[in-house]
Formats: sequence, C-alpha cells, structure tokens
Amino acid sequence: MNVVVCVKQIPDPAAPQSLEPGTNTLDRSGKLILDDSDAYGVEMALQLAEQAGGGEVTLVSMAPNGETAGLRTALAMGAAKAILVSDDALKGADALTTAKILAAAIKRAEPDLIIAATESSDGYTGTTPVQVAEILGLPSVTFAKSVAVDGSSVKVERQTEAGYDEVTSPLPALVTVTAGVVEPRYPSFKGIMAAKSKPVDTLTAADLGVATGSTGQEITSVEQAEARAAGEIVVDEGDGAQRIVTFLEGLKVI
Amino acid sequence: MSIEKIWVVAEATEAGPTTTTLELLTAARSLASTVEAVAWGPNTAANAAVLGEYGATTVHDVGDLGDALPGAPVAAAIAGAIAAGNGPSAVIIPTSYDGRDIAGRLSARADLPVLTNITGLVGGDELTTQHPIFGGTEIVNARFTGSGPGIYVVRAKSFAPESAGGAPAAVAPLSVGDLGATNSATIVAKHVEEVSGPKLDEAEVVVSGGRGLGEAANYAMVDELAKLLHGAPGASRAIVDAGWVPYANQVGQTGKTVKPTVYLACGISGATQHMVGMKGSKNIIAINKDQDAPIFSVADLGIVGDVHKVLPALIEALKSN
Repeated sequence: MNVVVCVKQIPDPAAPQSLEPGTNTLDRSGKLILDDSDAYGVEMALQLAEQAGGGEVTLVSMAPNGETAGLRTALAMGAAKAILVSDDALKGADALTTAKILAAAIKRAEPDLIIAATESSDGYTGTTPVQVAEILGLPSVTFAKSVAVDGSSVKVERQTEAGYDEVTSPLPALVTVTAGVVEPRYPSFKGIMAAKSKPVDTLTAADLGVATGSTGQEITSVEQAEARAAGEIVVDEGDGAQRIVTFLEGLKVI
Repeated sequence: MSIEKIWVVAEATEAGPTTTTLELLTAARSLASTVEAVAWGPNTAANAAVLGEYGATTVHDVGDLGDALPGAPVAAAIAGAIAAGNGPSAVIIPTSYDGRDIAGRLSARADLPVLTNITGLVGGDELTTQHPIFGGTEIVNARFTGSGPGIYVVRAKSFAPESAGGAPAAVAPLSVGDLGATNSATIVAKHVEEVSGPKLDEAEVVVSGGRGLGEAANYAMVDELAKLLHGAPGASRAIVDAGWVPYANQVGQTGKTVKPTVYLACGISGATQHMVGMKGSKNIIAINKDQDAPIFSVADLGIVGDVHKVLPALIEALKSN
C-alpha cells in the first residue's frame, strides 16, 4: 500500500514569530522544521504500510527556498522519498492554491491513502487537506483519532462535538489525523544517515501545471489586540489556595 | 449600504440549531439585507421556526443525509447554486468539525478562496474580516477580493445570539448533484461521551487541566474542583491527545471556545492553540510552576506554584467553606 503524507515545514514555534512588513505574511526566512503535528501522520503512514505488508510512504510538501530540513526529519523516521514544490511564485499562497499544488504533486505518487494533519501549527487554516480531497475527487475523513486499513477500505474513529463516530471509507481516500493517533518514533542514527541519500524530487508550480497569482484575499491591516490588564502574579508560599479563594469570593462566585 | 444576501451554514443537533448557528444568523442580519440558511439532517422542517426567529427568511434544505458525512453533499449543493447564478453574496460557515469540511470542499469545488479563523465581521459595501494571530495578541484585518461569493469560516462565540422575532423560515429543497467518489465515506456508529454538569461552552466557571498535572489520575482534582464551583471541567489539547480525557473536554483552537466568568487553568502553559479558545474569559486564574509560562500573560491572578500542592489545598478550602 502506498501512502502519501502531506507535511509542512514551518518556523520553529518555540522561537518568536513575526509578520513580514509589506506583505503581512508569516516570516519564513529562518530555518524551517517539520511541523510537530505532521510527525503523527508520518508515523501512522509508516505503521499502516508495514501492516499492509509493503508499499512506500512518500512525503509531499510545499516550501520556499528549497527547504528540506523538515523533510529529512520525516525521511529519517522511515519515509522512502519526498516531493517538494518550491517556487518563489508561491510565496504567500493561500490555502486553495496550496491545495492545488499538493493535489497535483500527490497525483504523481498514485497513493492508496493520503494522510495529513488536521491543521498546521503556524497557519492553522485547517481546510487544505479537504480541499486536496475535493480537487482529487476523493472521499475524506477528518479529525481521526484512530486509523486502520482493512483491504480496500479505511476505518476511522472521527472526533465529533459529542464524542466520536466510527467512519469507513473505500480507498483511495484522504484522512486527517490528530496528535493522539499514534506516538511518533524518534529517528534512529541509522535513519538519519539513510535520510541524507533518500530522493527529494524538487518541482515548480509550472512543472505541475498549476497557475499561481491572485489569491482572492488581501490583508488590509494588522493591529495589536486589546491587551488584558496586567494581573497579579505571585509565587506560592503556601498561601496560593487561599489567594484563589479570596479572588473567587471577590467575584461572588463562592 | 450592506451586501445583498448571506447564506449561513446552519448546523443542528437533535436538540435543534446549534448556538453557533444562532450567533452567525444574528451577525448576518446586521451585514446583509437578506439572510438565508443552508441546513441538512432529519429535522430541518422543524428547525425552520428557530432559524426564522433568528433572521433566516428561507432554509435551503440539502435533505436528510442518512449516514453520509455532510462535507461533500452540503458543499456541492451550495457550489451548485453558485454555479447556476442562484447563490448568495457571501457564505458564512461555523468553525466546527463538519463546518471546516464543508468550507474546504466548497472552496475547491467553486474555485473560491476561503477565509478562516474569523472572530469579527465588519459590514458595509463589502465585508472586512478579523482574525486573531499569535495566540490573539495581534489582529489581522482582511477582505475577500475574488469574484463570486466569499467563504467565511467564523469561530464560535464571536457574536452574541439575539432573536429577531422573525416568522418561521420557508423551506426550499437544494439539490446536491453528482458527488462521484467524494461522498463514499459512511458513518457506521456514533459514540456519545457523556458529560455531567453544565456544558463546557455554557458554564459560568471552567476549570481546565494540562500536562502540568503530571498524570491522567490527577485530572480527578480538576473534576472535583469543577463540581465544587458548579462549573465544567476542561482540558488542553495535549492531555486530550494523550488520551487522559475525552475530546468533548477540549478548550482551544480545535476544541471549544469558552468565555466563562472564571477560567481556572491548572498546569496549562498557554500554547497558542489553547489561548485562542479561552482568552475571552472574564476572569482568568492560572496555576503553573513555570513563571515564564505564556498563560500568566493573560491571567488576572497567577499562582507560580505546584498544582499538586495548590489544588488539594483549594479543594479542601472550598469544601470547608
């Protein structure tokens, strides 16, 4: 079974983030890393391919500057190869343009199953995977907390407002996974060494025949949110609980 | 001037249209001269009264979808109306599990961009949208520049629901058209994870726990504290994903948005993901052992300390109160 995992390389969330002046898009000029949310999808794909008794896991990603640092992390976990779409024309691309790019690249890998995270940790738009499924004419099941493949169908436990639904879908299909779906492995030293020579096919938007240009949306301004008044921050000297009680009494909650 | 016609994607449960649906209808009334709803499921005719009361003049009924997921059919029905020239000037969709599916598929099918994570809509000749970024410390103002209706995905609790005293909405069928393979996923079984006490997104007091609790068993303290304060227990995504508590308890970007009188965060560091779901609380109390935790930047009262000491003492104090 061949599985494609959509992965995103993002600025390190632990580092301070900023918008680029002029374009108001997220500053991605520094080092990019594998979005933590995508490690779960990579692990799920590796386990499913293994359980199916063979097949390859292919990564598909779009990133500026030919960035591959995050892809190497996922290759070190065990993915076989990667397709990277890197093109200056895609800077600041919206979710739909991104989905068109990813869909065109995914087609090349002819997968039985496509896995993505429910949303990225930097933009958290959360629509791109489903847009990809619609473009490819495939069924999708989002917010999976468990995924199992049974021959030609996939069984998913999908989060809902009230609990979860059991959903089945014929393959090929697209599934988005939450961070609870599996525990990602750490790349081994052997895996890291092997990843260095794994193939990364780098393409442009033109290679894929996808038009770039207007995104149909525009950022008009960015402003500081109304800040909350500074609170009282105290170190607990054994009186922490009492301070909370006094605070709650002041609000007449108790 | 206002824009001409808005369609609100109206989610419903067995109890009727969701609160978020009523919020979006209320907002749409102030933005457009005509507001209509798009609904599906077995109870659309019965829900037409409430949808009308909150401002919808017509409900476009996609039909009872049976065991199908709503994403593909609802999106196709709306896209079909747009293609036929019968669509609205804007489509407003709730940020929910099914809402995001509908928005994504509609965007791709109609070849229209989608604006997401909206917490404010400003009217006029065209809509301007507000999106919180970096955990809500900055607000991006944006607008849709494409041709064809804009697709706007709005977060829960961005507006207060207010009845317009409207008459029941007229119900008109909206055909789905050919879905191909996109509609082939089916719901085999539904599981409801029961929650006792007030609902998380309606409670006056929310007590939430995070990784700082150390282990799943310690969530019992959060539960007990919530009961003592007649509130609801909540959770960060980290401990929900770790399987300590059900998804129904999750507060944040992918969980519930809450705005209680008091939000008590226990062992939660305050990741962006969490902050956007609780930053609108009237009063925030945080307990965390790391004094640099981002949660303290929004706390009205912050206790830099060990939840394993502060929580038992707090429970004891409330019991003897």
